[in-house]
Amino acid sequence: MSSPRRELLRVAGAEPIGPYTLLRLGRGGVDPGAPGQFFMLEAPGRLLPRALSLCLAPAGELAFLVDPVGPGTASLCALGRHDAIHVFGPLGHGFRLDVERPLLVGGGVGIAPLPYLAEALRFPPAVLGFRSERHAEAAALLPGAEIAIEPTLVTELIPPGRDVLACGPEPMLQAVADMCPGAQLAWEAPMACGYGACYGCAVEIGGELKRLCVEGPVLLAA
Amino acid sequence: MLLNASGCLDALVAPEVARQLDAFVTKTVTPLPREGNAPPRIAETAHGMLNAIGLANPGRERFLDDQLPRLQELGIPLWVSVGGFCARDYAETCSALEGIAAIELNLSCPNVDEAADSAAEIVAACRAATSLPLYAKLSAAHPDVAVVARAVAAVGADGLSLINTLRGLALNPHTLTPILAQGSGGLSGPSLKPVALATVHTCYAATQLPIVGMGGIATAQDVVEFVACGAAHVALGTVLFVDPDAPARIREELAVVPVDDRYGAAHAPEKPLEFAAKAVA
Repeated sequence: MSSPRRELLRVAGAEPIGPYTLLRLGRGGVDPGAPGQFFMLEAPGRLLPRALSLCLAPAGELAFLVDPVGPGTASLCALGRHDAIHVFGPLGHGFRLDVERPLLVGGGVGIAPLPYLAEALRFPPAVLGFRSERHAEAAALLPGAEIAIEPTLVTELIPPGRDVLACGPEPMLQAVADMCPGAQLAWEAPMACGYGACYGCAVEIGGELKRLCVEGPVLLAA
Repeated sequence: MLLNASGCLDALVAPEVARQLDAFVTKTVTPLPREGNAPPRIAETAHGMLNAIGLANPGRERFLDDQLPRLQELGIPLWVSVGGFCARDYAETCSALEGIAAIELNLSCPNVDEAADSAAEIVAACRAATSLPLYAKLSAAHPDVAVVARAVAAVGADGLSLINTLRGLALNPHTLTPILAQGSGGLSGPSLKPVALATVHTCYAATQLPIVGMGGIATAQDVVEFVACGAAHVALGTVLFVDPDAPARIREELAVVPVDDRYGAAHAPEKPLEFAAKAVA
């Protein structure tokens, strides 16, 4: 696994996609890592960095899909060309790629790690769920994906017999876990450091509270 | 010396960060295992953060059998942070510790119930249980921290660690309910620094004991200010979450930090810049 490093990276571009922003940064000496791994991005004006999984790795760049849900993510969406932020990563454990019949399942901004994952798996089928037509504009990042818009749920589009790799909101991941034992699920938790120092991102794994940044963020559905 | 604040680094997961320090301070060890509090456990605030981890740790037995030997293999001087709920808890852990550089007695975690015994009773019991250097970590929330500092000095504390986090509350702006599952948590980060400086200044004047100063240190300038207030050593906390390279960066900054030494140190016997450089040399 590539070792994480922290570098000041220049913003190469920030393009809106529906309500989200695709933030592209010059890669510098930072390795893109494996699909599902994440990076801590300095959020201008805020104390703590924000954890984001890599969305795409175009040549010489790292791209992140950002949903402006709070002041930190809003400050990331407001970045422009020639701004620069500190980035630390890649961190955590990503998706295992040794799967026979992959199906990517994403919900909302949780589709973020799937474009980079799709490249690594040679573009397997994908099903994506969104809460509105506007949010579904982000599906452009995964051409050919099947789309569900609420009240239709993405879980209704999952065929049997697939190796599911999923990222999305917790209720979606719970539903996928119930339907598909053995699925690989990328979880999210509030996190201050991303490298096991703060103990903030504790989640219940095997009946014990463990650090998601160290054990995950991709975990196997029990 | 440059240390980490207890609970702000896991040397087994990030040894390359711990190796930038002069000594690694463990997360607090309690007699029994503690899973810690339910999530969410952290919340960002203006110029700070709250945590309510709740002293998650494997307990004394597993720490001594499993973690301590692995930490000792790293070759970094170790300080073990010891916690408990009565003087006997602390003393029993102290008597079981050997092969480490120092013990820090956590007398001030805002996320668990306070021990019934006073800080001085706990330090006295630990003093009787070990000959290792004992640092008492005190809270700035005490109405007269100088009294506590003098009391622990009188019963054999070798130094003070100042300060721990202060209890704070952060609300979700939409629901007006606490962000942390626990309700309140410990405030850390830059917003804590003025409180920490005042406490270091007060306790150095009261005891002249060696002090590990901490609370919002993020730059070499911060280090110099803590030393000017009487700290002999400094510890990094929240800044490690933001920047794992902070210890090395601060050492580099110290070499060039612009300080007008006409102002001198409040109590420190040497000029602040020289003294700060020595503190982290």
